[in-house]
Amino acid sequence: MHQTDKIWLRVSPFIESLPTKIGQNLKKFLRGAIPQIVAIIVAFLVGAIVLAATGYSPIDAYTRLLMGAFGDSYGIGQTLAQATPIIFTSLAFLFAFKCGLFNIGAEGQLLIGGMAAALVGISFTNLPFYVHLPLALLAGAGGGALWGFIPAVLKAKLDAHEVITTMMLSYVALYVTSYMVNYPFKAPGWVSQTPFIAPAAELPRILPPTQLSGSIIVASIMVGITAFVLQRTTVGYEVRAIGLNATAARSGGINVKRGMILALTISGLIAGLGGAGEILGVERRFIDGFSPGYGWDGLAVALIGGLNPFGVVLASILVGALRSGGMVMNRVTGVPLDVIYLIQSLVVLFAAAPQIMKYLSKKGVATTRTAGRVLAKFQSALKNIKHRLKRR
Amino acid sequence: MSIAVRMVNITKTFSGLTANDKINFEVKKGEVHGLLGENGAGKTVLMRILYGMHKPDQGQIFVDGKEVRIESSAKAIKLGIGMVHQHFMLVPSLTVAENVVLGLEPTKYSFLLNIDKTLKDIKSLSDRYRLQVDPKAIVSTIPVGIQQRVEILKALYRRAEILILDEPTSILTPQEVESLFEAIKALKQQGKSVIFITHKLKEVCAICDRITVLKKGRVAGTVEKAQTNPDELAEMMVGHEVLYTFERKHIAPGKIVLQIENLKAFNDEKLLALKEITLEVHEFEILGLAGIEGNGQTELVEVLTGLREPKSGKIGFLDETITRTSPHERIEMGFANVPEDRQKTGLILDFSVLENLILGKHDKPPFATKWSTLDLANVTKFAEQAIKEYSIKTPSDRTLARYLSGGTQQRVVIAREFSRRPKFIIASQPTRGLDIGATEYVHKKLVEMRDQGCAILLITADLDEMFAMSDRIAVIYEGRIAAMKERSKTNELELGLLMTGGKCE
Repeated sequence: MHQTDKIWLRVSPFIESLPTKIGQNLKKFLRGAIPQIVAIIVAFLVGAIVLAATGYSPIDAYTRLLMGAFGDSYGIGQTLAQATPIIFTSLAFLFAFKCGLFNIGAEGQLLIGGMAAALVGISFTNLPFYVHLPLALLAGAGGGALWGFIPAVLKAKLDAHEVITTMMLSYVALYVTSYMVNYPFKAPGWVSQTPFIAPAAELPRILPPTQLSGSIIVASIMVGITAFVLQRTTVGYEVRAIGLNATAARSGGINVKRGMILALTISGLIAGLGGAGEILGVERRFIDGFSPGYGWDGLAVALIGGLNPFGVVLASILVGALRSGGMVMNRVTGVPLDVIYLIQSLVVLFAAAPQIMKYLSKKGVATTRTAGRVLAKFQSALKNIKHRLKRR
Repeated sequence: MSIAVRMVNITKTFSGLTANDKINFEVKKGEVHGLLGENGAGKTVLMRILYGMHKPDQGQIFVDGKEVRIESSAKAIKLGIGMVHQHFMLVPSLTVAENVVLGLEPTKYSFLLNIDKTLKDIKSLSDRYRLQVDPKAIVSTIPVGIQQRVEILKALYRRAEILILDEPTSILTPQEVESLFEAIKALKQQGKSVIFITHKLKEVCAICDRITVLKKGRVAGTVEKAQTNPDELAEMMVGHEVLYTFERKHIAPGKIVLQIENLKAFNDEKLLALKEITLEVHEFEILGLAGIEGNGQTELVEVLTGLREPKSGKIGFLDETITRTSPHERIEMGFANVPEDRQKTGLILDFSVLENLILGKHDKPPFATKWSTLDLANVTKFAEQAIKEYSIKTPSDRTLARYLSGGTQQRVVIAREFSRRPKFIIASQPTRGLDIGATEYVHKKLVEMRDQGCAILLITADLDEMFAMSDRIAVIYEGRIAAMKERSKTNELELGLLMTGGKCE
């Protein structure tokens, strides 16, 4: 029996008391999530050691972190706002990955999507919101889809590896959008940014003064759609079949090239929608360098989320919480933000390496046992010595 | 003779299915011990436990009289146990010598590879055990029979005293089997113990000293070879008398279903593997394609299923030319394919039984709705029906195909392919690695399909199967059809000669 199974045996009675249907689904979900949960715990423990070693109180720092992230409505709003773009990019990575493709170009797809949405946002001034907003979102999705479609075609026709092409196209996207905000679409002033989009194209803010916007709703819908597409549609079936065994899929009559093109395009579409959400909901204009690397975060977060659409949401919220709570922690206790990045990296490291986790938990049990034994021996030896000294 | 290995009361279950049930098994020093049983009888599982790949739920293992815990293959190797798997674990791009010493390379000045010593070691090993190899050959370029020798040498180089051979003959030609048996005899003379896993009665009787028969995870008995006979073993194995003969109706073949004309195709190395193939398969007919492996059969199947583009030539199906149509279109037209490698090509191992069963028709009603979503109710209903109709032994339709035994996996493939009501079936080595029960089942199904009017192209290395099943037999040799014979007008001797390029007047 695996260590994770043993832990599971302890926890399951609590969950079984939940209403059966939900309980069963949750049970299955949690069971799959055990390695991730262990990874998170271990990452925080290592973070605590680093904090203690550098002279901060881990308990104090973590309390601040937690309170900052979830303690009040502002914290929760900021946490979700930080999580939103990462939900998109990690979902994008996940979708391509299910087809056996490594889309590491979500950053570029997000930027192009954002730019497309911004251009639609600033180009029209008198459209009603129910036309303008969907049009802008659609433009974002289309831009991202295009940026996924290009490497997909390169892969299908020329067998160009998607890791190289998606990454390179990310840089192209970075410089193209940078050029656009610096020259043709630059707003007057010193900053490299476009003018504001028309109010009709804005995604409303949900919890002002936080940055939480309607983008989170779009994200939630995308999570549902992604899960549905993967599990319940023929396209999703084909995508998964290709990802698991392309040879068998091909021989079973699935058009593998078409499936790959579709998967990478949809992946780009999701990332592009994420970019649009940031522009229309948060920034309200395209600012050069508005993304601190959401695309790259997506890859890591998809792994933390166990490559499960719902897991990805939780993982994004975790990272969002680390970011928003981390700032509070930094402000109040003076703990450098680097600790936050350290913890985030460790979570990825541990979650991405379930084998390591299995080994660690096995070793952990064994070492505690031997440590206990050594300690017992040591104690009895001490007693012996004491005893002898007394007799003398 | 002393006992080399003793396994006591070994029990192992996988998600509710008992693979090994209180198995007692022992091997003497210097003995060739046959481990006989149907697919799914638990032979491989038992040996994987011995080799440290599975942990038993219960039971003890003794090596040389001492109780041991084998938690990894590394530990097994340390204890002198070597295993040659059914699917080889060699690095294709390295040489024979490099593969043999992999991980234990002899070094010069502790960091340079000592090539001379490596070659010398291998030479002396292969001389001693009559396992001739060219140490400098690249593994991907040598035939499977030689690759197997490399695997055995690898184990011997790690000082194996007990050698487990998992179905070693299933991929060999008759000649290669001969030389494998020579090597096994040499191993025995040197005092090594060999555990020979198989389900072929002929082989156990030819090479083994003692035989342990497993049936449904239990030991059906251990017998001395001298005191038994194939009939008794077969009965122990399947529990009923085996039908070696095969009853079939005579039906006159109908119109031409598949027509291949002057087909030429390259293999992966861009060599002309199909030099000129012209064939016809009729309704109500099983056409056997006999040949030694590597004479173009694989390429022919790939061209026929649409996975490989032919260089030139024509494939006709009923009244249409389908030379350049996609696999998907061919499936739609009524092609079915039972591939040679069911784990790689036939199934998606990490898909459930249910998901595997609908592969290829997942995008058509009744499985797909008009919105291109999967109709789970219909899919489930179909899966339940198929599981019942094809007796697929699985805990549930949501079980991953990976966890099924070889025979059950093949049933999934057959259920999927045959339930499509195909007009033309390509069956490549459909019973390879299957036990008697499963083989009988596959044969019965194939004949059933033929009786319903299917045209069937059967590719098999097993001549007995060829004769039992086929109406006509074509011989493929070096990418050409060397001969076409009525089954009743040929014999094994003639086919054997044709297959090896000899002419028969």
